[in-house]
Amino acid sequence: MEWFQNVCQDFYNATIREDRYLAYLEGLKVTIQISFFAVLVGIVIGIIIATIRVSAKQTKSKILAVLSKICGAYVTVFRGTPVMVQLMIIYFWIFNTRGANQILIGTVCFGLNSGAYIAEIMRGGIESIDKGQTEAGRSLGFNGLQTMRYIILPQAIKNVLPALGNEFIALIKETSVISTIAVNDLMKMASFVTSRTYNPLPPYIIAAVIYFVIVVLLTKLLGIFERRLAKSDHY
Amino acid sequence: MKKLKVIALTAAVMAMACSTVVMAEEKEDLIIATEAGFAPYEYMKGDQIVGVDIDIAQAIADDMGRNLVIQNMDFDAALLAVQQGMVDFAIAGISVNEEREEAMDFSDRYVDSTEVVVVNKENPMVEAPTSEALKDKIVAVQQGNIADIWVSNPDNAEPAEVVRYTKFAMAAEDLKNDKVDCIIMDELPAQDLVSQNPELMILEGDPLFQDQYAIAVQKGNQEMLDEINKVIAQLKEEGKIDEFIANHTQTEATDAEAEAEAE
Repeated sequence: MEWFQNVCQDFYNATIREDRYLAYLEGLKVTIQISFFAVLVGIVIGIIIATIRVSAKQTKSKILAVLSKICGAYVTVFRGTPVMVQLMIIYFWIFNTRGANQILIGTVCFGLNSGAYIAEIMRGGIESIDKGQTEAGRSLGFNGLQTMRYIILPQAIKNVLPALGNEFIALIKETSVISTIAVNDLMKMASFVTSRTYNPLPPYIIAAVIYFVIVVLLTKLLGIFERRLAKSDHY
Repeated sequence: MKKLKVIALTAAVMAMACSTVVMAEEKEDLIIATEAGFAPYEYMKGDQIVGVDIDIAQAIADDMGRNLVIQNMDFDAALLAVQQGMVDFAIAGISVNEEREEAMDFSDRYVDSTEVVVVNKENPMVEAPTSEALKDKIVAVQQGNIADIWVSNPDNAEPAEVVRYTKFAMAAEDLKNDKVDCIIMDELPAQDLVSQNPELMILEGDPLFQDQYAIAVQKGNQEMLDEINKVIAQLKEEGKIDEFIANHTQTEATDAEAEAEAE
């Protein structure tokens, strides 16, 4: 019973005392904002790169070939270095001015990083679509870009949705790295509360639960999306 | 013949292995936690952690006949490690305050420290080291440091924002880039920071506030506390602590001079 009281006291100290629950909410807000925008940036970069790399293979355009080389280098660099190192470089060398927006730094860093992974996922998805689909699109009078936009990508995204979900989940959890540059995200706030209560368990458990809930909600959302897309399979 | 060689070799290896085990058993480890980014109290010299606090810890280890093992970690993690009993004690320029005394026990104070304000030399955003001057400024501190707790208390100061770093080096980098207005930190480490970052300076004037350092042990570890207090009293009596401080601040200065001459 005494043990239970102690645990309650610890959690009280880590949440209610001095309104510390506000710290977690503040951190949650930052984490969600960074994750959301980073996912958007990642998808846009990923689709563009994947489209360029696949198109370069199919056509003989010189410009596309060069762009494809650049995109390949981008993917290699961003997958080949730890996200923490990328964050430090972006923070100290690119956004090193007064009042640099922390959400923006996080969005750029995690978006660029995630874009490299999403590019490879999307490339796999696009290449999994039968060549006949492209030929059908072209013979219907669509140009290359339209074929990609209206025929290939919708099918590709449906195929890669589980892999994309994986990447989003990894990204959300990875944003905790930003706490190292003193951005007040969820992770930083947990460590901040710990530095005041000298008891690491409650704050980190609370942070873990919050991250877990976000990921579960996202999984549910992706599940709904997946089922909606699957409707077209049964006509 | 070959077999004999193998047997001899195995025996030799085993003998060596045994002897190292015996040697390790002879001396018990004294494990301490610190944050080696706080010159002259604790800092890295090559791959070695040295400093005033480390000298004191070494004196305690010698007195106990134990082998000193230093664990280098973030400052707030060092406090946690001692509170959880993962290390024997933490010595990292730790100031004593009420909240900390609730969570751990402290030795006798061994050194006085003053807190100063570090600003960007070219573009000082804070005029004077006073509470009033900090109003609506962006203040950088080390998370869990006494300055963090001081400045987070609205009775002491009302800054616009408190940015909490794990390393002073990172705070200094942001101050150089004008991302923050000032850093509040202890005087001697501030002098070291400024000597290594000529773009920064310490604001002249009375210190912001004063505090004293003590060694932290797990709550209830009276045995260790008695031992530490004994050694501290001894060191104080012999004037050794001042000597340690002089050693570590002077070697820094002479090193800098030597470098300047070499250039």
